[in-house]
Amino acid sequence: MWDAFGFEFVNFYFIPGLVLGCIYALGAIGITLTFSILRFANFAHGELMMIGSYLTWTVMAIATAFLGIALHPLIAAVPATIVLIFLFLWTDKFFYKPFRKADTIKVVMASFGMMLVLRSAVQVIWGPNQQTFVSGIAKPNPVLREWSGGLDLMLLIPNKHLFIFAGTLIFVIALSYLLNRTRIGKAMRAVSDSPDLAHVTGIDVDQVIRATWIVGGTCAMAAGVFLAMDVQMLETTMGFRMLLPMFAAAILGGIGKPYGAVVGGLVIGLAEELSAYPWIGDAPLLSPGYKSGVAFAIMVIMLIVRPQGIFKGRSF
Amino acid sequence: MSVLSLNNLKAGYGQTEILHDLSMYVDANEIVAVIGPNGAGKSTAMKSVLGLLNIAEGNITLNGDDITNTPAAEVVRLGISYVPQTQNVFVNLSVQENLEMGAWTRPEGMEQRLDEMFDLFPDLSQKRKQAAGSLSGGQRQMVAMAKALMVDAKILLLDEPTAGLSPKYRGEIFGTIQKIKSTGVPILIVEQNAKQALGVADRGYVLVDGANRHTGTGAELLGDREIARMFLGGGH
Repeated sequence: MWDAFGFEFVNFYFIPGLVLGCIYALGAIGITLTFSILRFANFAHGELMMIGSYLTWTVMAIATAFLGIALHPLIAAVPATIVLIFLFLWTDKFFYKPFRKADTIKVVMASFGMMLVLRSAVQVIWGPNQQTFVSGIAKPNPVLREWSGGLDLMLLIPNKHLFIFAGTLIFVIALSYLLNRTRIGKAMRAVSDSPDLAHVTGIDVDQVIRATWIVGGTCAMAAGVFLAMDVQMLETTMGFRMLLPMFAAAILGGIGKPYGAVVGGLVIGLAEELSAYPWIGDAPLLSPGYKSGVAFAIMVIMLIVRPQGIFKGRSF
Repeated sequence: MSVLSLNNLKAGYGQTEILHDLSMYVDANEIVAVIGPNGAGKSTAMKSVLGLLNIAEGNITLNGDDITNTPAAEVVRLGISYVPQTQNVFVNLSVQENLEMGAWTRPEGMEQRLDEMFDLFPDLSQKRKQAAGSLSGGQRQMVAMAKALMVDAKILLLDEPTAGLSPKYRGEIFGTIQKIKSTGVPILIVEQNAKQALGVADRGYVLVDGANRHTGTGAELLGDREIARMFLGGGH
């Protein structure tokens, strides 16, 4: 049974789907937090993800050039995160803050403009060509392979995917701790609940907004680096291509619900990969070229059937 | 010196003036009720204290200090606690988290004040982990008041605390208001339920068209024939 069906399904469809789902989930957390606390759909979120991976690549390149060491992307991502967070705070201060009291559509358009500005800036600075963190084939983790092979359930999971699973789990646990146990996290939930009441309660809403960018930015950073690790390539349109599935994930989970974004991300990632599985006959159910259409279809169906999402977020 | 004093206010939203010439004050150990028909500017008067609308003329003082047009967060920090009429609790936060947010401007000594609040509002004690959105209207109002009292409030402003509540809860809320007064916090209350509000109030103001029409002690206003005819549902 495992040989005939499970091996291929799990290793070539389910695990890649889960990896993609983790990346979508991390990106969708930032989108859903921005939507619920700053009240706008941030189209530039994908670009910040992409910039995060370019910054990480730069830190790695600097380490190689000056120190002669090859840093792991996850280590290089730490200093890069700090730079990215400053960039997030800077775009907020100069581009979004002036629109704070304006109609939502204006700040959404501003974020669309920001998306184009950031992508062009990356193309100017890093050039339009693809880059990569590490080249070469990622071999499956041998220990896991041996151990699972002994159980007749051979799993072929490269280390980069194990890092992505573990990293996502750590981020989700940390986020849950932040939102439920810390003063600033509770204030983030309060502002998301009612900005007017937060205001007359004396909560420092500007501080909460800064915290939102920092949390969303850190998750976007992780998503960007994980994506670049997974596909072993960085390019300037990678963030934009993530935007639709990430919004689909945020909407599926319920806008404003960080756990919803995580569940939504996993569902969308799995749905995209599993749609290409040969469920009927030998051919893929859907040609892999239609993958992004799956996310879009789920988003549209969800908006029609249950616009508040799985976890009852804000409806439109 | 009055705790809170509004002097000859002219205020409104943008170009629309709603308060034309409003003056009122609240002294220490007082419950002051503001009554009047819909659209008289009762809630607007309260929001003007919070700096939520433009004050064109006149001023507002807290213990003698001018706080005219001060932003809400600063007003709260200075000790004015405000409970809005609607959406006055964070529905997705637990009862205790709501109170913690109430203490945002004064986090020190929070545990002790949480205990004080659960003493003052015993019903909330068992529900401290429950989402505020799952409570009944009356209990939500209790959460909103407790949340407002988490700071070292110099005065409590209540905007129609009994709107939409059953008579049972209305009585309970007015009872609580008297209990809060006995802890030394003066209260300014805007109310539709004029009779009950004047019943607990030391003094009252009747607002019509953004200006004071009558003022007097609660009992005086309750006994006034004209006011009775206008707001209290028939003469005595």
